[in-house]
Amino acid sequence: MPTFPLARRPLAPVLARADEIILGKSTEIRLAVACLLAGGHLLIEDLPGLGKTTLAQTLAHLLGLQFSRIQFTSDLLPADITGVSIFDHERSEFRFLPGPIFSQLLLADEINRATPKAQSALLEAMAEGQVTAEGETRPLPRPFFVIATQNPMHQIGTFPLPESQLDRFLLRLELGYPDQAAERRLLASGGQRQHLDELTPLLDASALPALQREVAAVHAAGPLIDYVLALVEASRQAPAFQHGLSPRAGLGLLAAARAWAWLDGRDMALPDDVQAVLPAVARHRLRSLQGSDHASAEDIAALIRSVAIP
Amino acid sequence: MSTQAKEALDHAATPWLFLAAVATVAPHFAHQPAWLSIAVALTFAWGGWLWRQDRRLPGRWLLALLVAGGCAAILAEFHTLFGRDAGVALLVMLMALKLLELKSRRDAIVIAFLGYFLLLTHYFYSQSIFTGLWLLTALWLVTATLMRVHGGPAATARGVLRHAAVLAAQSLPFMLALYLLFPRIPGPLWGLPQDAHAGRTGLSDAMTPGSIADLALSGEIAFRVLFDGALPPPSKRYWRGPVLETFDGRTWRPYPGVTPRPRLTLLSPPIAYQTTLEGHNQRWLLALDAPSALPDDAVLSGTLTANARQPIVNRQRFSFSSVLDYRFNVDEAQPVRQRNLALPGNNPRSVDLARRWRAENPAPQALIDKALDLFAREFFYTLQPPLLGENGIDEFLFTSKRGFCEHFAAAFVVLMRSAGLPARVVTGYQGGEQNPVDGYLVVRQSDAHAWAEVWLAERGWVRVDPTAAVSPSRIETGIANALPAGEPLPALLQIRADWLVTLRYRWEAINNAWNQQVLGFDRERQRNLLARFGLPDADWRDLALILGITTAILLAASLAWALSHRPHRDPAMRLWQKALRRLARKQIHCAPWETPLALAARVNSERPELAAPLTEVVNAYLLARYSAAGNDLKTLRAAIARLP
Repeated sequence: MPTFPLARRPLAPVLARADEIILGKSTEIRLAVACLLAGGHLLIEDLPGLGKTTLAQTLAHLLGLQFSRIQFTSDLLPADITGVSIFDHERSEFRFLPGPIFSQLLLADEINRATPKAQSALLEAMAEGQVTAEGETRPLPRPFFVIATQNPMHQIGTFPLPESQLDRFLLRLELGYPDQAAERRLLASGGQRQHLDELTPLLDASALPALQREVAAVHAAGPLIDYVLALVEASRQAPAFQHGLSPRAGLGLLAAARAWAWLDGRDMALPDDVQAVLPAVARHRLRSLQGSDHASAEDIAALIRSVAIP
Repeated sequence: MSTQAKEALDHAATPWLFLAAVATVAPHFAHQPAWLSIAVALTFAWGGWLWRQDRRLPGRWLLALLVAGGCAAILAEFHTLFGRDAGVALLVMLMALKLLELKSRRDAIVIAFLGYFLLLTHYFYSQSIFTGLWLLTALWLVTATLMRVHGGPAATARGVLRHAAVLAAQSLPFMLALYLLFPRIPGPLWGLPQDAHAGRTGLSDAMTPGSIADLALSGEIAFRVLFDGALPPPSKRYWRGPVLETFDGRTWRPYPGVTPRPRLTLLSPPIAYQTTLEGHNQRWLLALDAPSALPDDAVLSGTLTANARQPIVNRQRFSFSSVLDYRFNVDEAQPVRQRNLALPGNNPRSVDLARRWRAENPAPQALIDKALDLFAREFFYTLQPPLLGENGIDEFLFTSKRGFCEHFAAAFVVLMRSAGLPARVVTGYQGGEQNPVDGYLVVRQSDAHAWAEVWLAERGWVRVDPTAAVSPSRIETGIANALPAGEPLPALLQIRADWLVTLRYRWEAINNAWNQQVLGFDRERQRNLLARFGLPDADWRDLALILGITTAILLAASLAWALSHRPHRDPAMRLWQKALRRLARKQIHCAPWETPLALAARVNSERPELAAPLTEVVNAYLLARYSAAGNDLKTLRAAIARLP
């Protein structure tokens, strides 16, 4: 099998262990880890019951991250996310009770069930890495990583995220149905959630920033940056989309490609890495000209085919 | 993969091809047979319908049948498949049928190139500004179509149109160089088909009642004149064409034999002017009566008509001098006088009338006055005279009394000859209208005229215009004011609204400038231009040399520009391309978007025997091009050398 000579595959044990929990979704798991390594936030969009929450919990456990979860509902208030100040009678002063957002890995479940007001409280924290409540700005813990899940928009009772908010998620995944073999194993084992408790952290949360620095140092040669530029430019010229990718999307594409290369054990990013992460980076940011939905996987494949590798 | 690239003609490219086909074919609808235009339009509609419904195109046998049928119809219409009209009709038909055979990209390219060729054929019919603009637009469309076909669905309409426009603009310097420097050959460059100049309007060398009246209905321009000095008054603007001396009772013709050189005495200073004559397939040049100096390549006939040595088939420019007052052949030879007295046996009443006048008063001037007086009193000037029979002059003089200039001229000459005065008919143009925008005097076919010439002792041939006696306004202000209300006129001359007249003057001045400056760039002007750049007396060899040098310089300049703007190619990339070329020889093709690793994986499954050496190349290439360590080209070169 001809492949690139590899030094080592870091985080291989983490990926392998997660594979045992989420059956048959190794690419998606790898994308999720890449997203975390690139310092971005992840959006998982699919029907209920396909393992979105399990994936988030698995990653939190394996990477040794402090985990909290918010179930988004239509009556959720911003303070339910960021926290509130309550009056402490003993000390006769207001005391801030941090909300669930003050954690290392936040699972925002069914984010599109909440009102835009609650959504934006989360999304602002994601963008700035800090929370401002009652006049005081408090930094969020490092690393800070959000996995948001969302039901497909055409379901009843949802507030779809606008494009400007979607752009804040580095990657967007669809888990999709498992293949038959994986589903058979799932049924035989009686569900995977019970195994979550058995998981032991394979990594220390304090090691993560160092890994992220390593990822950021992965070499992106001039031709590779040219390729990212060409893809972004082509998305702006392509007649299939309503508008093209933003410069932030271009930065995200490069960062995700670096993480993907690093997970492969390389210290340089290749066009393959860019092509591998492009669908997850671009689909939620592009809007197909036909219909108002996200760009389809075929649109992205056509976009890749329209750009020669420089 | 390679077959795919060859075959793929995406569905959305078809409208471009239809557009290009319509743009290149449409102007031919104006002059080709109606049945062909209808058949072509129906074919377009059919092809378009098949495309919209996404139906199968007609089969090969049906197409062959249609081609055979079309050829047969063209053969029936023109009796040949070659020559200008039949050849163009054939091309138009093939273009339409090719649209029913759009299977592969190759078919689309054939349509584009057939379109380019069809563009050329339009110049057989017209070289006007409109034609030029239309063809430029069509050229742009065809080029864009070609780019769309090559670019596939990824090529946007705006993109290809912009690129085609840029390409067309880039070809401008070459176009200019060719226009200015290509050797100008008088006459057509290649043997034009026989029928190339058919169907021109203009004076003919025979005159029957009605022949000039027909011309009067045409607003077409016959020639334009630019005077060096002041414009002569309308009553002196007689443009002399063929002189008709023999009469067979119905038709007037020129004397077929040789006439001695004319002898002209000038009584006023000559005036100089340039005439730009439209092609009329005849030799006469229509100088102002009477020409005193001719251009080099013209000769003066014995009857004072300026003639070219060859028929004028294209618009051409001539410089003349003329005198308005002159004595012409005072000592006219006896045989010439004799043949201008000859009469056929018919029209007895006219002959009798003239003889009676002569018996009353034989003085020549009295006879002339008598005839003019007769016309002035009882005759009408009209474009729609009654038809005349066997004794046409008699009927005209005694019964109908209505006629156009040719009736009056003919009747006058018959009367004079009967009375014993040598007389003849002169045809040509009279008057003309000055365009205030550019100062050119425009003479149209509607200004065609016939008048008479009488030979008087001591004075020679004297011009007498009987029409002036009937309708002085014809001579002073032109035909539009001379005709009774309700008579047909060229549409152009019916326009009376001031702003429309101004617009017409403007448009004609623009057209004239186009003719003079662009189309009129002939050998003489080319020589003058080169002389100004210090190259006097350049012959065609010099021109070819200069043209070769100029295009070489232009080519070198554009090449240098293109090279300096070429994206810099990395040496590792160049080596990789070399490896890809080697693989292509082994029938392994790498799409531009396919990554080296993907290629290696594909080769591993499709052609395992090549996998190992290719993997080496891929690894070396990726390290050389994408790693931080930089270029280790030696390993890559060695790996490529090991590729089988």
